[in-house]
Amino acid sequence: MSSESAIDVHGLSKSFGDKHVVNDLNLQVGKGEIFGFLGPNGSGKTTVIRMLCGLLTPDAGSGTCLGFDVLSQSAEIKKQVGYMTQRFSFYEDLSIRENLDFVARLYDMPNRKQTVQAGMEDLGLMDRADQLAGTLSGGWKQRLALAACMLHRPRLLLLDEPTAGVDPKARRDFWDEIHRLAEQGISVLVSTHYMDEAARCHRLAYIAYGHLLASGTPEALIDQSGLSSFSVKDNSSALAERLRKLPGVQQVVAMGNVYSVSGQDGALIEAGLAGLPDVRFERTDTGLEQVFIQLMENVQDAAP
Amino acid sequence: MKSPLAWHRLWAIVLKEFVQMRRDRITFAMMVGIPVMQLILFGFAINTDPKRLPTVVFNASPSAYTRSFVASMENSGYFDVLTSPATVAEAREAMAIGDVQFIVSIPPDFSRQLVRGEKPALLLEADASDPAATGNAISALNSLNQSALQHDLKGPLATLGTPPPSFEIRVQRNYNPEGITQYNIVPGLMGTILTMTLIMMTGMAMTRELERGTMENLLAFPVHPLEVMIGKILPYIMVGYIQVAVILIAAYFLFSVPIVGSLTLLLACVLIFLAANLTVGMMFSTIAKSQLQAMQMTFFFFLPSLLLSGFMFPFRGMPVWAQFIGEGLPLTHFLRIVRGIMLKGNGWTETWPNVWPMLVFMVVVMLIGFKRYRKTLD
Repeated sequence: MSSESAIDVHGLSKSFGDKHVVNDLNLQVGKGEIFGFLGPNGSGKTTVIRMLCGLLTPDAGSGTCLGFDVLSQSAEIKKQVGYMTQRFSFYEDLSIRENLDFVARLYDMPNRKQTVQAGMEDLGLMDRADQLAGTLSGGWKQRLALAACMLHRPRLLLLDEPTAGVDPKARRDFWDEIHRLAEQGISVLVSTHYMDEAARCHRLAYIAYGHLLASGTPEALIDQSGLSSFSVKDNSSALAERLRKLPGVQQVVAMGNVYSVSGQDGALIEAGLAGLPDVRFERTDTGLEQVFIQLMENVQDAAP
Repeated sequence: MKSPLAWHRLWAIVLKEFVQMRRDRITFAMMVGIPVMQLILFGFAINTDPKRLPTVVFNASPSAYTRSFVASMENSGYFDVLTSPATVAEAREAMAIGDVQFIVSIPPDFSRQLVRGEKPALLLEADASDPAATGNAISALNSLNQSALQHDLKGPLATLGTPPPSFEIRVQRNYNPEGITQYNIVPGLMGTILTMTLIMMTGMAMTRELERGTMENLLAFPVHPLEVMIGKILPYIMVGYIQVAVILIAAYFLFSVPIVGSLTLLLACVLIFLAANLTVGMMFSTIAKSQLQAMQMTFFFFLPSLLLSGFMFPFRGMPVWAQFIGEGLPLTHFLRIVRGIMLKGNGWTETWPNVWPMLVFMVVVMLIGFKRYRKTLD
């Protein structure tokens, strides 16, 4: 093994027909790191993940995944990677136990029965062990999929929107599990649309239209954005329109009767807010959501 | 270099397929039920030697001779003489509709001319739109004029009878002396039923994974295409043998079809035939994008198999180019093998010329399927 990187790819590109889905993408994920992968729908996240585990062949680019060449050693990569698909893709006419048993046999796990048992216990699947996967609700299906992709103790997890449609409690359990795994040295690349999940990642990358727009720790991304945010309180419902018209205001989000206002020129906004009658406001921390919406809008402006 | 194939992965696929097969009860019931139903249906129904065909006789010259001729027509078993329609025009109309197969017209002077030795003619009109339906009856009628009146033409009229031929032809019908259709159809049905059900089942094997979205996972696992293909074929070999067992038992006990040759040899040839068909299904499966397409391909392959293999129509009746196509189909060779072993008692040496073409077919199809197998989602 050459380095501490779990994933190290350069110049990754992929197009379907004349549609460029991924463009010249560089990505480094360290060992034991939880790396968040963000971007709007159709931005190429799934394509990148599929290229990393050998399901798609990149048009251009090179790099390694767990020290194996992405282009030529996908068989080796598959053995040590756990890939959780966006769409549930286990067998609905098999029970939880049978699905896991199938996976364990494919990877030739020693002590297969105990491994399957332990995998189910870890994720609380014991009560439903003999239920057919097709009859499970969305959250339980996700748990089954996670249990299955961790069964062979992979060194790298590629999770494609693993918590879509999962309730908050299950999501929190899921992320606790991810952190526990990361502490054991397992690297995780996880794509998500949830900002609270993004905040729990060690590092983030934001891609849109196949381009990597920004990457770094959540804190660094917030700093780099240069956004200042304010929370504004008022009972008048027409306030949103007035806030949008203030100089320097780039985003206005209504949250109950509190408005979150942000923009790059903090002083200008502050002056504008002070000019509004009957309005209480205070400076707040900028969230990742504002940062990413900002990134998105910049891209859309720049897009031809 | 380690072998890319591993038993544990192959076994994982086989077990998974078995569990899925067990869950899909209706399909499983169909796989066992269809052979029984089709065998009983077709085994009893198909008859290539139709008898008691509806016939109208217009006898304008009633006499002992003509009555005797009509009686011998009925006795041949091929003709069922009806009492209506009453006129020739009505009879022709009935033939057009399909209610009457034959119209026999005996002209008014027939008996007189017969006695005078003038060799009169009578007219047989046949609905020959289906040659197979009328062929045997017509040839039976042709020989009737030699024998029907033998008893009536006595004494001075004896010279009018047919003189004994100068030599005799002794026909020996080997393997199926009584010409029982079922002896031919029932073993043939085994081949056709296996072809249809097995290609369809495996044809859906990969497309089902595609349609249900499980293909993405299957590709992400470190499993070799051959392991998947063989792992999906093996369970159906067992299903095929169940079908063969059902058919053979029914053939033996229900239709009394003899099994003259070696049962072991037959079962060994069945294995090759099963494998050949399953690889076809597997290849379709790698080409088709949906289960519906796989179904369509199955029928595209099944129909020529049914019609050009010699199951429905005599193989030698086809022009050379059609025989050439027929030779390429596994069913053609399997039919020869099954009929050969069951009816003729053929051994390995007589069977081998039909075994190797199936093996060649299987290898070629397997290579195509293997090349077509998607290793990525590209």
